[in-house]
Amino acid sequence: MKKLLFVIMMIAAMVAFAKKGDQITMVGSTTVLPIAQATAEAFMEMNPDMNISVRGGGSGVGVAGIIAGTCDIGNASRHIKNKELLQAKQNGVEAYENVVANDGIAVIVHKSNPVKDLTIDQLQKIYTGEIMNWKEVGGPSMPIVLVSRDVSSGTYETFETKVLKKEKLAASSLMLASNNAVATTVKDTKGAVGYVGIGYLSDNVNDVRINGITVSEKTIQDRTYPIARTLHMYTKGKPEGKVKKYIDFVLSPKGQAIVEEMGFVKVSK
Amino acid sequence: MKKFYDKLFSGITYGAAFFTIAALVGIILSIFTEGIPILKKVGIFSTLFGMEWRPVDDPPIFGMWTLIVSSIYVTIGTLVVAIPLGLGSAIYISELAGRRTKEIIKPIIELLAGIPSVIYGLVGIVFLSPFVMDTFGAPIGLNMFSASLILGIMVIPIISTMSEDALNAVPQNLRDASLSLGANKFETIYKVIIPAAKSGIIGSFILAFGRAIGETLVVLMVAGGSAQIPKSIFSPVRPMTAAIAAEMGETVVGSDHYSSLFAIAIILFFITFFSNIITELVFFRKKKI
Repeated sequence: MKKLLFVIMMIAAMVAFAKKGDQITMVGSTTVLPIAQATAEAFMEMNPDMNISVRGGGSGVGVAGIIAGTCDIGNASRHIKNKELLQAKQNGVEAYENVVANDGIAVIVHKSNPVKDLTIDQLQKIYTGEIMNWKEVGGPSMPIVLVSRDVSSGTYETFETKVLKKEKLAASSLMLASNNAVATTVKDTKGAVGYVGIGYLSDNVNDVRINGITVSEKTIQDRTYPIARTLHMYTKGKPEGKVKKYIDFVLSPKGQAIVEEMGFVKVSK
Repeated sequence: MKKFYDKLFSGITYGAAFFTIAALVGIILSIFTEGIPILKKVGIFSTLFGMEWRPVDDPPIFGMWTLIVSSIYVTIGTLVVAIPLGLGSAIYISELAGRRTKEIIKPIIELLAGIPSVIYGLVGIVFLSPFVMDTFGAPIGLNMFSASLILGIMVIPIISTMSEDALNAVPQNLRDASLSLGANKFETIYKVIIPAAKSGIIGSFILAFGRAIGETLVVLMVAGGSAQIPKSIFSPVRPMTAAIAAEMGETVVGSDHYSSLFAIAIILFFITFFSNIITELVFFRKKKI
């Protein structure tokens, strides 16, 4: 009984303690989530009086949170839509876009595969199951093995918006749990095509030029590479006070190092 | 004082038993309360028999039939691998092997049961998958065949140990009678001993079935993960357990997708529940005889 009481008191004390200090709440995109979590942890370590709570929910939830004023920062892997801007205006909120990272996805094939170039259009047809053999895109006659990330991952989300657009992924596609699993499978499978975050490129697989552009940090930053996008943290107006302190940290060299650690590309300065 | 300790001891053990049951009830309640909303929203029929599993598309589609079929196919494949090997080794150990060989082989087979499933999965990815591609010309090594083979090896100890116990329990005089009537060893095993040990052997199959359909990590790593009705034994599939494990981590709590994963859990629960009940019935009958 005494122990139970002690535990309850500890929890109560922790809750009371957590309420103290400056609170920042963040909701939104699952793609931005790993960046938000890692930077928030590092930031709280440096500023023990700050408390940042991070939740997922998707880009729509993040932007809606800013419009409704229920969070301090709304994470989104897309730009705010006109409709949402209008809503924000009606609520008297100015949604301010802070670009915190670049997200780029490399398309990879087996070392022995002679295909070096694909267009976005071809890639879309490959992943929807319309093109099923490498000979249709200038390779040898060999069935294409589709390798994809699981549908709930941020990498899939990026790939879906940039490549599949509104089309459906072919049901025959392998769905793997991590970037690493995709890279290993493509390395071992002659007919495979896969996609991974740029941090997972290695000499074991060949990356494919998309619309003639080789994937690299530079082509992702200047947006010439087509399967790339910016990741955002939306704030109510220009960031101020504690929110500014955090956003500044994310954009600082230390914060951007975390961004790169998470497999994304840093913001070009 | 002695009485007090007795009472205390029985109280503690009662508490332990009660806690276990409470945990079970809690698990059942939580999967049902989380899973039923999607069944209500989409309808049981279209959830169970829907052909498309696209939980994050816009609009999402929650048809679990491909997942259910994947699970069943992989489990059948597992039993096809494990039953001949498991029963064969049980018969050899129980009926044919000398004492020395028996004492060496038995613990080795039981050792298989102690290997963590993640190691089976790793072996599947690193060694079996390239092997399957090279040997059978399969376009992809992570498929139904590989998953069944690995799972099959994993459940061999379940079948072999339990079947061997059942074979051992067959009275010696049945063997003697059969042999003295002029039957050879094969006829004795095939016509007398196996029928006598039938319920124990079938019980081991059902237990292996339950283990195979509930196994998660191996199928997550080796089955490939495509939500489709397999076209051949070398097609990648997405069993129910793999779908839950792969998707639960990144869904929004309380969303339709989240609820649908619990609905899969309900189906799995019913399958394992009934296979356990059947095992109990089979064994209960055996004891009565």
